[in-house]
Amino acid sequence: MMGTTNVLIVGVGGQGIILASEILADAAMQAGMDCKKSEVHGMSQRGGVVTSHVRFGEEVFSPLIPAGSAHVILAYEAAEGLRWCHQLRQGGTIIVSTQRLIPPIAMTKEYDYPTDAIEQIRDRGVDSIALDVVGICQELGNPRLGSTVLLGALSTRLSIPEPVWLEVIKKRVPRGTEELNIKAFQRGKEICVEAKA
Amino acid sequence: MKRLLSGNEAVAQGAMEAGVRLAAAYPGTPSTEILETLSKFPGAYAQWSPNEKVAFEVGMGASMAGARALVCMKHVGVNVASDPLMTFSYTGVNGGLVVVSADDPEMHSSQNEQDNRHYARFAKIPLFEPSNSQEARDFLLEAYQVSEAFDTPVLLRLTTRISHSKTIVECGEWVRPKVKGFKKDIAKYVMMPLYAIRRHHFVEERLERLREYAETTPSNRIEIRSKSVGIITASISYQYVREVLPDASVLKLGMSWPLPLKKIRQFAHSVGQLIVVEELDPFLETELRAAGIDCVGKQHVSLEGELNPERLQMAMVKAGILPEVTFDGPPAADVLPRPPVLCAGCPHRTVFYALQKLKANVLGDIGCYTLAALPPLKSLHSCICMGASIGTAIGVDLVGGSQEPVVAVIGDSTFLHSGLTGVMDAVYNRSNLTIIILDNRATAMTGGQNHPGTGLTLMGEPTHQADIPAIVRALGVEHVVELDTVNYERALATITEAVNRPAPSVLITSEPCRLFPEKRRGEPYRIDLEICNGCAVCLKIGCPALFASEQATPKGLHKAEIDAAECAGCDLCAQLCPVDAISVGIPEEVA
Repeated sequence: MMGTTNVLIVGVGGQGIILASEILADAAMQAGMDCKKSEVHGMSQRGGVVTSHVRFGEEVFSPLIPAGSAHVILAYEAAEGLRWCHQLRQGGTIIVSTQRLIPPIAMTKEYDYPTDAIEQIRDRGVDSIALDVVGICQELGNPRLGSTVLLGALSTRLSIPEPVWLEVIKKRVPRGTEELNIKAFQRGKEICVEAKA
Repeated sequence: MKRLLSGNEAVAQGAMEAGVRLAAAYPGTPSTEILETLSKFPGAYAQWSPNEKVAFEVGMGASMAGARALVCMKHVGVNVASDPLMTFSYTGVNGGLVVVSADDPEMHSSQNEQDNRHYARFAKIPLFEPSNSQEARDFLLEAYQVSEAFDTPVLLRLTTRISHSKTIVECGEWVRPKVKGFKKDIAKYVMMPLYAIRRHHFVEERLERLREYAETTPSNRIEIRSKSVGIITASISYQYVREVLPDASVLKLGMSWPLPLKKIRQFAHSVGQLIVVEELDPFLETELRAAGIDCVGKQHVSLEGELNPERLQMAMVKAGILPEVTFDGPPAADVLPRPPVLCAGCPHRTVFYALQKLKANVLGDIGCYTLAALPPLKSLHSCICMGASIGTAIGVDLVGGSQEPVVAVIGDSTFLHSGLTGVMDAVYNRSNLTIIILDNRATAMTGGQNHPGTGLTLMGEPTHQADIPAIVRALGVEHVVELDTVNYERALATITEAVNRPAPSVLITSEPCRLFPEKRRGEPYRIDLEICNGCAVCLKIGCPALFASEQATPKGLHKAEIDAAECAGCDLCAQLCPVDAISVGIPEEVA
């Protein structure tokens, strides 16, 4: 029996995490698997921490990923990657954007933003891929492609066939941006393969 | 056709398959998307009502007229609707009526985590609890059959995890709603003592017949695997049980009130140790114990918060069912929290900064503005339930004991939900209260839904726009003044004048929400670091666009900076800056 694959997508409200998890879940379903995804809407949208759990396989029970068993963590923000990276299972991979979003609370004396989040993740000895998503978007000429770049990177660690990804992305992104998003997906994928090599 | 749907979307889909003629609700997380989804389906009719009680009554009327009706609300909304619910249980239905209660264990977006399964027992009506989106759709269809077959309203209880998780649903065909028409039946629908006594007798008989039904419905099913441990569970907890105890036998309750005690006994006899796994209260466990069925539950499974695989695993370790687990990975990193904040440019910010300066005792309400309780503003001092601000403020003001001004703060949607009677009380009982209505013309916290004050219905049709100043004047308030949130000094003066008046005042803001109906932003501001003296006044308004710069003054004070991408251009920080370091314009590139 095929086991369940667990993908944890994390970041900050407003970064597009919900749409990315929709695309992943849809792709898993189109690939013929059972799939569940879970996140909480509401207060967390006001600049708070957002997590989305996506699980797929032959039969999925809990919509939440059991502690410490994520195969891949996709982090849209560096400190959020650090916050959640202990949820990786042995041999799991964290793909983390180097982007920093410093919350207002960091202005108070009680809290500091971890500017060395990426190094701290590496120091934990987990398989990590840090991507300059903002820079890649600048190269591609559109700041809104970050999510698709990250999904491209994610695709290198999952068994979902590429044609399924591309079909779902075309269906879900704003009309007229399909080609650009596919380019962004391919770019994310290439960089991830290069980083691995 | 198979689709990936949230529990809320699946309820909307089920409503179309059940031929629901009318759906009514007041928005509330995690229930809101049910009607948002339904209202977009061709041929459906759905409406936002001013509050849950009215929504329930509208549904009740549709049912009396022989149409299937759906009423949706968050758990605390059922408290508001409980008055008609308790007696509609007596009259029963004509067309089927299902009330959806979306509970919020863990309080992701709520003021309490009450367990609304108690309402089914309290009102003596059947309860269904789906464990995924497929069951949300299936159980809704079953609930309508039960409602009509047994002449009863039915409670469908979701939780945040069911409402907001997406799982695969096999959908069916939609059917055209049927309406039988209103039939006069005084003995059934007029609950004066003479008739109510007879209907109470009917309710008790109905409950026994429903118990028999619960014994036979396939929604309550026994899954025999290893017999050493038997788990009785319902709702999302079933999924965690299957995840954590894949070999355990399970009695899964889809219809969890009234309980199928024969089936439960049969299951209890066929397994070794019997464990009840349920979130929040020992609802099932208490009934089992009362029926003399030996079981354990809450001594291992927490009364607080929601379950998840990890918490259930720990509980089962405690119960001696699973071996001790050791987590060998590195511990979680201690990363700073990200509490939600009022948006950049939010018009509420001006009001709460002024209230902080006046050291007012601020009795608050339910909405985005509840966030003003958090640092650095800390200028909202109570939040209990919808509409509570005004009555609470009257009480605080009446007993006195403090020199600080007393102010009630309430949003437009919350005011129309249940603020009117509070204002009436303030006038009637001659309070000197100051009431601020934060009118941003949206139910903003739940996603900007329309309400009677926005001039649009849920279906997007133009309608009368409730005139809040006229309503307040009609209730007898003489001092009704617009509160200008664009100009801080003027806002402060208006509030100061109101709190010093020996009569009730109502101040009403008029700046619309920054997010709804569409995002509204002005030109971003910048801080001239040459001028900034590091006084940090601007950082005290809790704006997400302002942050402490790495640049410091000779005295070591951090200067402030503005994130141009986040700044909405509201001008509040510029008005407060004592050295005029803040002005409109994109920051120049540092050479």
